[in-house]
Amino acid sequence: MPIITYRDALNHALNEEMERDPNVFLMGEEVGVYQGAYKVSRGLLEAHGDRRIVDTPIAELGFAGIGVGAAMVGLRPIIEFMTWNFALLAIDQVVNSAAKMLYMSGGQVHVPIVFRGPGGAALQLAAQHSQAFESWYAHIPGLKVVAPATPYDAKGLLKSAVRDNNPVVFLEGEMLYNSKGEVPEEEYTVPLGSADVKREGGDVTLICHSKTVAVCLKAADRLHAELDVSAEVVDLRSIRPLDVATILASIKKTNRCVVVEEGWPFCGVGAQIVDEIQHGAFDDLDAPILRVTGEDVPMPYNKQLERAAKPNPDKVIAAVKRVAYLD
Amino acid sequence: MITKVLMEALSPTMEEGKVLTWLKQEGDTVTDGDVLAEVETDKAVMELQARGAGVLRTILAGDGATVEVGSLVAIIADPDDDITALAGGGSAPPAPAPESEPAADAAPAPKSPATPEAPPAPTDAGARIKASPLARRMAGERGLDLATITGSGPSGRIVKRDVEHARAPAAVAAPTAAPGGFEDVELTQIRKTIAKRLTASIGPIPHFFLTTEVDMERAADARAALNALDDGPRISFNDIILKAVAHALRQHRACNAWWMDDRIRYFNDVHVAMAVAVDDGLITPVIRHTDRKSLREIAMESRQLAERARERKLTPEEYTGSTFSVSNLGMFDIDQFTAVINPPEAGIVAVGSIEEKPVIIDGELEVRRRMRLTMSCDHRVIDGATGAQFLQTVKRMLENPMALVW
Repeated sequence: MPIITYRDALNHALNEEMERDPNVFLMGEEVGVYQGAYKVSRGLLEAHGDRRIVDTPIAELGFAGIGVGAAMVGLRPIIEFMTWNFALLAIDQVVNSAAKMLYMSGGQVHVPIVFRGPGGAALQLAAQHSQAFESWYAHIPGLKVVAPATPYDAKGLLKSAVRDNNPVVFLEGEMLYNSKGEVPEEEYTVPLGSADVKREGGDVTLICHSKTVAVCLKAADRLHAELDVSAEVVDLRSIRPLDVATILASIKKTNRCVVVEEGWPFCGVGAQIVDEIQHGAFDDLDAPILRVTGEDVPMPYNKQLERAAKPNPDKVIAAVKRVAYLD
Repeated sequence: MITKVLMEALSPTMEEGKVLTWLKQEGDTVTDGDVLAEVETDKAVMELQARGAGVLRTILAGDGATVEVGSLVAIIADPDDDITALAGGGSAPPAPAPESEPAADAAPAPKSPATPEAPPAPTDAGARIKASPLARRMAGERGLDLATITGSGPSGRIVKRDVEHARAPAAVAAPTAAPGGFEDVELTQIRKTIAKRLTASIGPIPHFFLTTEVDMERAADARAALNALDDGPRISFNDIILKAVAHALRQHRACNAWWMDDRIRYFNDVHVAMAVAVDDGLITPVIRHTDRKSLREIAMESRQLAERARERKLTPEEYTGSTFSVSNLGMFDIDQFTAVINPPEAGIVAVGSIEEKPVIIDGELEVRRRMRLTMSCDHRVIDGATGAQFLQTVKRMLENPMALVW
C-alpha cells in the first residue's frame, strides 16, 4: 500500500470527488494559482479549471456565504479557510446560515457544504493563531465536526464529508500535513461518526482525536514499557456525531479513562465525553475520568511556554497513573 | 408515660439481636432497670433492660425473633396510654386487656401528651463506604460485603483490584448425598460474625506465615515444678506461651500493632487475646497487660475467661481491645496450623501439639518434647524479618523459661 502524506491524502480526496461529481468545487484564499497556503490543492487548478477552483479575496464571511448560497441551490462547495482562526470572521455563515437552513426551511433546503482548513496550534504562531475550535462547532446542532489524525482517515473522511448532505466542519492539523501513512489506491470512504481503536489495550482507555492521537500512542508505548500498563487508544475521528458505542465498549473493557484534547478544558470536547461515559458506563468505572487538555490560557508565543501549554505524553502518563491508582 | 423498648447495641459490633426469651410477659408491671428479655448478640447472651416504668403493654418481637439494632421490640406504658399508633397497624398481638380504645373519634386531645421519643440506639451503620461504581457492582455480583473489604484507593476508596483480591465467602463443600439426608442449621449470630470477621481478614490482608519448632523440655519441666509447688491454679502450656508471647511483644513493638487503614497503631501496652472454642464458634477473651502479669495470674485469669466464654457470659470489655492473639489447637493433636488474623491486629501465633520427637542435639540423637509455632503476619504491618525476630524471641523464652521470671 502506498505511503503518502496527510496533505496528499486530502489532495487525492478533493481530486477524486471533483472527478466523480461535477457539482463539487473548491473555493478559498490562494487555493488556485498558489495551490493552497499548505499546498493541499496542488494541481487542482490545472486539472479542473478556474470555474471549479476559485481564488477569493481575503473576505471569509463573503466567500463562506457564497458557498452556503451555492449549496442551497444544488452545488457541493468545499470552502477552504487558510486556518480556522480566520474562520472566526465567517462564523455567522457557518453557525447561522449553514447549520440552521435545513431546520428553518422545514426540511426543504439542504446545505451540502464542507468547511475545511487547519486548526489548533502549530509552532509559535502565538495566541490568535493557535486555537482548537472543535468544541465551538460541535456545540451547534446542525453541524457535523470531523478531525482526522492519519492520512488514511483524512482521505476517507473528506470524501464522506463531501458526499454528506449536511454542513461539515472539517478540522485538519497544520502539524499533521507532513505526517505519512498507508493509503490504499482503491476507492474507500470512512463514515462520519465512527471512532477507531488505534491501539488495543485492557487497563485504561485514552480517548483522543487529531494531533493528540499521536500523543496518546506515544504515551501508550511508554506506559507499556515503563509501567506494564496496557492502554487502549480510541481515536474519535468525528466529534459530532460522536461514536458513543465505541467509547463505552472500551470503558467496559478497561474501567478507566483519560480524555485527551488539544483545546481548552472548559466546556471542551472531553467534558461531553465524560458526560456520555458517566451515564452510559457508570457501573463500569473504577476511577473518576481525568482529562488532559491544552492549558486554560491563550497560547503563549514563547517556545518553552507553548510546549508546556500543550498536551504531551508526560501529562497523559501522569493522568493514567492516577486513574489506575498507581500513584 | 410511654417508653419504647428498642433492640440495643449490646456489643460494639452488634448489628442485630435475637430475642431468646422474654422474662416479662405482656401485662406485667415493670420498673426501670428490670430485665425484660435475654438477647443473643453476635458475641454473647445479654440482658435487655427496661428504660422506663409502667406496664409491658405489647411485645412486638417475640421469642426467637431476630431484629436489627434500633428496632422497636416492645412498648412500656401506663395502662390507659394509647399505643395503637406506635404498635403499628395490627402487627401487635391482641393485648390481654383491651383497655386501649381505638382513637377513632376526633378527640381534641388524647390522654397521653406527646411524649418525646427516646432517640434510637446509636449504630455505626451510617458510615458511607467509599467504592468505585465498578467495585460496588463487582462486590454485588460476587456476594461480597463491601464493609469487609479494605480499600486501597484515595481516602480508602474500594476499587476493582480490592474486590478482585477479596476472597469470596468460603465455599461450602458440596455435601455428598449420604443416606439419612442432611441437616440444615441456621446461622447463629456468633457464626455470622465469625464469617464476616474472618472473611474480612483473609481477604484484603496480605498474610504471610512463619513456622518454627520449639524445644519444650525445659518449659515442661518448669511447668511440672511450678504445679508441684502448691495447690494454686494449675499452669497450662498455653499460659506459658501467652506469657512468652507477651514478653516478646514487649521487646518487639513492631508486632504489637493494629492496621488502621490509613495508619498503623503501635501499642505501648500488651493485651494478648486467646482463642477459646465455644459450643458453636470461638471467641477471643483478652488478658490485659499480659506482660505485667505473673504466670499464676495468667493461669487464673485465662481459666476464668475460658469458663465465662463457654457460658457465653463474657462482657464486651472482656473480648475487645487485644493487641495480639494466640490460638492453640495442640490439645486436638494438630501438629501445626495457620491461624487467621483477628483484624485490626497484625499478627497471631498458632500453637501446635507438644510431641516427643527424635532430634539431634550436639551430635547425639535424643527424644525431646517439641512444639511448632506458626505466626500469621499482616504484611502491611510486619515484614518477614520483623516477624522472624519476634518468633525467635518467643522460641528463646520458651526454651529458657527462666527468662519469663525476669
